[in-house]
Amino acid sequence: MEYEAVIGLEIHVQVKTRTKMFTAAPYEYGAPPNTLTDAVVLGLPGTLPVLNHTAIEKCAKLGLMLGCEIAEVCKWDRKNYFYPDSPKNYQLTQNEEPLCIGGKVEIELPGPSRNVEGEHRWVQLNRIHLEEDPGKLTHEAFETVIDFNRAGVPLAEIVTEPDMSSSTEAVAFLNCLRNMIIYAGISDCDMEKGQMRCDANVSLRPVGSEKLGTRTEMKNLNSISNVKAAIEYEIERQAEILDDGGKIIQETRRWDVDTASSFSLRSKEEAHDYRYFPDPDLMPVQMDRARVAELEAELPERPLDKQRRYQTDLDLPFTITSVLCVNRELSEFFEEALKTHNAPKQIANYITNDLLRELSEASEHGESALSVGECKLTPEHIGTLAKIIDEGVISKQIGKEVFTEMFKTGDMPDAIVEKKGLKQSNDTSEIEALCREAIAGNAKAVGQYKDGNEKALNALKGPVMKATKGKANPGMLDQLLKKLIDEGE
Amino acid sequence: MSSIFYKTIAELSAMLAAGETTSVEITQAVIDRTAAVDDKVKAFLSTDADDALAQAKASDERRAAGKAIGPLDGIPVGIKDTLAVKDQPLRCASKMLENYVSPFDATCIVKLREAGAVIWGRLNMDEFAMGSSTENSAYQTTGNPWNLETIPGGSSGGSAAAMAAGEAIATLGTDTGGSIRQPAALCGVVGMKPTYGLISRYGLVAFASSLDQVGPFARTVEDAALLMEAMLGKDPLDSTSIAPQGETNYAEALKEKKGPWRLGVPREFFGEGIDPEVKANIEQAIDWYKRQGCEIVDISLPHSELAVPVYYIVATAEASSNLARFDGVRYSHRSEEAKDALTLFTKSRGEGFGDEVKRRIILGTYVLSSGYYDAYYLRAQKVRRLILGDFENAFEQCDAILTPTSPTPAFKQGERSDDPLAMYLSDIYTISVNLAGLPAISIPSGFTESGLPIGLQVIGKAFGEAEMFAVANAFEQGHNYAQQTPTL
Repeated sequence: MEYEAVIGLEIHVQVKTRTKMFTAAPYEYGAPPNTLTDAVVLGLPGTLPVLNHTAIEKCAKLGLMLGCEIAEVCKWDRKNYFYPDSPKNYQLTQNEEPLCIGGKVEIELPGPSRNVEGEHRWVQLNRIHLEEDPGKLTHEAFETVIDFNRAGVPLAEIVTEPDMSSSTEAVAFLNCLRNMIIYAGISDCDMEKGQMRCDANVSLRPVGSEKLGTRTEMKNLNSISNVKAAIEYEIERQAEILDDGGKIIQETRRWDVDTASSFSLRSKEEAHDYRYFPDPDLMPVQMDRARVAELEAELPERPLDKQRRYQTDLDLPFTITSVLCVNRELSEFFEEALKTHNAPKQIANYITNDLLRELSEASEHGESALSVGECKLTPEHIGTLAKIIDEGVISKQIGKEVFTEMFKTGDMPDAIVEKKGLKQSNDTSEIEALCREAIAGNAKAVGQYKDGNEKALNALKGPVMKATKGKANPGMLDQLLKKLIDEGE
Repeated sequence: MSSIFYKTIAELSAMLAAGETTSVEITQAVIDRTAAVDDKVKAFLSTDADDALAQAKASDERRAAGKAIGPLDGIPVGIKDTLAVKDQPLRCASKMLENYVSPFDATCIVKLREAGAVIWGRLNMDEFAMGSSTENSAYQTTGNPWNLETIPGGSSGGSAAAMAAGEAIATLGTDTGGSIRQPAALCGVVGMKPTYGLISRYGLVAFASSLDQVGPFARTVEDAALLMEAMLGKDPLDSTSIAPQGETNYAEALKEKKGPWRLGVPREFFGEGIDPEVKANIEQAIDWYKRQGCEIVDISLPHSELAVPVYYIVATAEASSNLARFDGVRYSHRSEEAKDALTLFTKSRGEGFGDEVKRRIILGTYVLSSGYYDAYYLRAQKVRRLILGDFENAFEQCDAILTPTSPTPAFKQGERSDDPLAMYLSDIYTISVNLAGLPAISIPSGFTESGLPIGLQVIGKAFGEAEMFAVANAFEQGHNYAQQTPTL
């Protein structure tokens, strides 16, 4: 039978705050084990949680970014379960009254090729709530060790509706979601650092059926490629069972990266009874509507909105916008450069080609590219460069050289042109003399040109450019050569 | 003249100010008294005389330098074993925390230290504050100084007994369903539970978070008022703490507030189960107020019969979750038989907790279970609001409410150990006050024929501590029960 997959995702995102969700202990990734704890993190007797309002605001901002309704009041519940990574053996979370309700995320599916924009659609969200991260267990040969550094870090759990039907959609969703979260400054979403983690709920139903099938929940999907592989594996596994006349068991499964397969963790019957009840230590949070409005006003433009605007208003092609818009810093750099010189295409090209290339080459040991903020170039550098080219001060060719130089030194392009004497030569008599020499010295090329091969002119331009050290105005050179050859007939 | 260890804070503070005694002298007297009688009373789980004397010495030096802080400066205050004191054991009278030492001070302790008090010893209690006789301590059974064969009440039995025996000038307890007031009544001392939120719970090892409050034991209402003034206030470390409203210069206000008051007497509190001697004693006390010109108002608290069942749902539910952190992983008792994560939890908890704690954890786990939550926990919370409503209605007709604190005087050790329900009924008059979050105080109101103390409970309006203290103070001034001490 042919099946249609129904997929819902639960994404945990560490909210970037200076201190933890319910105490002043700091958090950073990679600190030595158990150094970022305090009495509250460790759940010592007599300690009480105190709310980190920054985490609330950031989560509300995330909700606004994703089109959620922000609750008037949100509350805290205890989720009770015993596990050694949980200092209190309950997790503070929002079960009954979450901070963000509903929401939807625009996603862009892959196009037929890299250069062609794919279809867009919306994925519906159910809710976003805040909770505290547990510690981290590491299983060694004969013992298990616990690091409580991560314990108590604010975690936003984004729950989608069962609104996706393929691993491709799920991956597209995660990529777009990740972009938006990074854009809004909520989290860096580095999956390797555990800043973003994903569980996937998968069920199958016969194509055309409206009724949802029995679902399984897949845990431990710690990279986007794992999400893709695990969903595909699960779709195949369920289809085989159904084809054999079997029934899907509602269960929680764990993805094993090493074997690229999953195994059952627990069935529905074995599922925890979390004994949720309202936390008596924390007060409900009344959301100040004026503050919510302020947060909404602070939101950055959503990446796909920006992409649409660049395409429509600035007439930039998808190949450029797709590079420019995935990175908020890059797109803001771009827009800032336009203030110096309003030439979107040229500037976008400099950024997406030259700047990104230099950034990647400049990275140490080729590990990861430098970010725009880490290099010596400012938007003004690139704007000025585009401007002096447009004004005919230097040629595009010289522009490349200037770019490399300013990337290296941080000097402004006009200063480099001045210092190196790179100003384009518009001296007609000098260039004309050189052209005559070139024509005289390469009869073959002249002949080819006359036979209609325009490219043959390049062989004549070469010596002129060489003699002028590239400073000859290329337009003028082109005109002069043609004129002189025509006259010579 | 009474021995120095039976004097009040007010008296000692005047003597200190006049240079007639020193904090070291007072503290040494308390230490010596404890050494002399605690073998019999068994109020303290541990003491640290050197630490107390060092604090006393610091107080005397402060005073000598003209920097005495206030009435509590230099006064030794005993601490219940459920309140965290830095570098002192914090065992909650449980094997579960046998080797645990707190790395920090509870907020109430910080505030007492700021007021100059000498923090003194660890007082026995029912394990994790669960009980009404202090017999649930994993370490020792405390005797009631008025009759060592009887119980001192609980759960703050050590705090009450230490007061009656002169082993501290004041003590702190905690009250979740009557754990300060009931032992205060049974030991013939003053014990007070403030409005929920008035004193920070930070550093109080949680039993039932929505009910727990710290409060003082004292010889007089005035002393209790002085301790309250030092400890109250909004604490950034406790989200449920509240900035005080209204009059908070309680001790000063006592001198001005003289009544007469409209005093409510709930008819439901004088029915079945009350000991005839207690009933007669409380009726006499009510009559005394009437003779002073107070208006006695017959009030009804119709849902009070539901208070005990509601309490044992709400309190056990919260306790089952609060006590989950004692799991053998980090600081609590770890079973040597643990083989994996599961047996680490089950064996450690099985060995570390006593029977009553286990009983309440099981009960609390049950009432929160999926499928039972609505029928028990949610319903109990609704009834809880009705109980609060009863009090709100009553306070439209009166300024304070008078009741017995405990239905019976101190009973024999072991008498109710095998009957949890009978034990639970010890708190029948105190529990509804916690459910409603109100302040209440128990003051000595006389003795039974066999010489056991009886306590009168005065319940105030939310944040109405000043009025409540004044009503209690009036009775105390008209009687000499506060001056009476047991023979040990």
